[in-house]
Amino acid sequence: MQTQNFCRNEYNVTGLCNRSSCPLANSRYSTIREIDGTLYLYMKSIERSHAPKDLWERVKLPRNYGKALETIDKHLEHWPKFLVHKNKQRLTKMTQYLIRMRKLALKMKRKLVTMPAKEVKREKRREAKALTAAVLDKSIEKELLQRLQSGTYGDIYNFPVKEYEKVLAMEEMEPAGEESEEEEEEEPEVEYVEGYEMEDEDEDDAMEDFAQGANRMPDSEDDDGEQSDEDSDESEEADLEASLRSKKAPKVPSKRSQATPVPVGRKKRRPHVEIEYEEEREMESSHV
Amino acid sequence: MGKRMRDDEEDAGEVALRKAGMKLPSNIKNKHKRSAEYAKVRAEKIKEKKQRIKARDTAERQAVELGETPPPRQVPKTIENTREADETVAQPDDEELQVDDGVDEFSGHFARAQMPKLLITTSQECSSPTRKFIKELLTVIPNATFYKRGSYDLKQIVKFAKNRDFTTMFVVNENRKQPNGLLMIALPEGPTAHFKLSSIKLSKKIKGHGKPTSHMPELLLNNFTTRLGHRVGRLFASVFPQDPQFRGRRAVTFHNQRDFIFFRHHRYIFEEKEIKELAPVTIGVNSDKKSRKAAPKTVKKNAVVARLQECGPRFTLKLQSLQSGTFDSKYGEYEWVHKPDMDTSRRRFFL
Repeated sequence: MQTQNFCRNEYNVTGLCNRSSCPLANSRYSTIREIDGTLYLYMKSIERSHAPKDLWERVKLPRNYGKALETIDKHLEHWPKFLVHKNKQRLTKMTQYLIRMRKLALKMKRKLVTMPAKEVKREKRREAKALTAAVLDKSIEKELLQRLQSGTYGDIYNFPVKEYEKVLAMEEMEPAGEESEEEEEEEPEVEYVEGYEMEDEDEDDAMEDFAQGANRMPDSEDDDGEQSDEDSDESEEADLEASLRSKKAPKVPSKRSQATPVPVGRKKRRPHVEIEYEEEREMESSHV
Repeated sequence: MGKRMRDDEEDAGEVALRKAGMKLPSNIKNKHKRSAEYAKVRAEKIKEKKQRIKARDTAERQAVELGETPPPRQVPKTIENTREADETVAQPDDEELQVDDGVDEFSGHFARAQMPKLLITTSQECSSPTRKFIKELLTVIPNATFYKRGSYDLKQIVKFAKNRDFTTMFVVNENRKQPNGLLMIALPEGPTAHFKLSSIKLSKKIKGHGKPTSHMPELLLNNFTTRLGHRVGRLFASVFPQDPQFRGRRAVTFHNQRDFIFFRHHRYIFEEKEIKELAPVTIGVNSDKKSRKAAPKTVKKNAVVARLQECGPRFTLKLQSLQSGTFDSKYGEYEWVHKPDMDTSRRRFFL
């Protein structure tokens, strides 16, 4: 292996700096160059050496490798063997790397993305602050208690309504006066209730088949017919129910645990709420 | 004027001070004296604040004694309550939202048409921290399987997963041997969400962690307010089965706070506990000083509390991009992409 200089001229066939492969030193010379994926044969002859603009003659080579070899043979027919040989070698190398490039372009390339240190630090800081603002344990507990209170757990737990109502109220930090008012409302069970809700409760018991018959799903005890969006709506539901709760007094839990469909077309301005009651399959057997 | 104008920018306070002939602390060259001046200013501020608080408290007490409602306390400003108003916040009674929910990619899952089946794989490199993380994920998410990556393209893997009836696909990306990204692809034609994964804590490292059971977990999705957030929430919900077993008392939480989604996995229990509560102060009754001092300050009450035991991993996600359709980074249609100039406002969040 010999150490050699590389030639910086773009028209050099071999890439090495030699007397025989220098495009400047030879008045009759030829190369192959690639422009945008197509290969061209460039030829220089002594007849045009006075006109630098027209010095290099360009021939587009066909894409077919065999045909390109023939084209080279044709154009460099009586040229020195050295040049013909080197040109063919160059053609071979170039077609090979072009094939490889085309194959690679089809493959999926992984994109490396830089993360400026400033941004990394900023994200870390913001995440830490978001974590403290989130108060995760408390918010999860609160959400679970809300679900317990709204009856999504059915009859698994037997806590009286009063108790967790208080805890929720305490956590929301309502002023003390309101709290005592809410307590009073729940015990007598019917007192401070708005008109149309009362009617609901009566009619649920008395006229089951009548108004609801047409609109009701076949199984009122089963949950399947009612379930639409489940979990993502649950938090929305809890919010919904919280807003409903603030308008009316909450129903007694024993009524809630049964799956009663919302009577359709009953009241004028009733918000359309899809209340779903999740009950486990196992539970139905325990009701025997 | 004989004097040279040093600072062209002087705010109103400094101008006033200068005109009053008082020296600004920042103009004192001697560090000891300057810091002493600043300390004086700080002490003044603290004194003023104490006086303000005292005045407010006396005003409240007086109002309560007189039987009037005390003046309302100022609510401290937090980032959450000074958040930039977002018009895409999803209202619960939005009809359009309900209609969209009925026809989007997840409606099949929510209609209980299929049990979710999850495929987890990694990027081309898979180091042991990533493998440990994936092992934990397999315990949290029911019906999940891990497949090694091999040299397949993601598009090919998506095709294979569809053939084998998977409903979601996770690709855990890693950098320098640590998992740093999570690509969630809902199948068959679901959206692709790319998340930045950070702050991973495995269950072994969590103090007092519990061992999860194999009951179907309950899902909690907190604080997904906007339409985009709602969609991402449904994407999370489509990973878990629709029939939670409440007797298992297992809860998986995705809590969104300031666009960071915190994942937690807990076992919970409801308990009745005696808690001490501040005695309620009824306005106008028994609120003179004597009877107030006589009455007990705290009252014991029975209340139901929820207790949590953390099990399983803990990690944070941040949405980078949401692309409709399965993975196609070149020609896919992006619904949302995070750009750096979205971070300019500290009060603007997208989920």
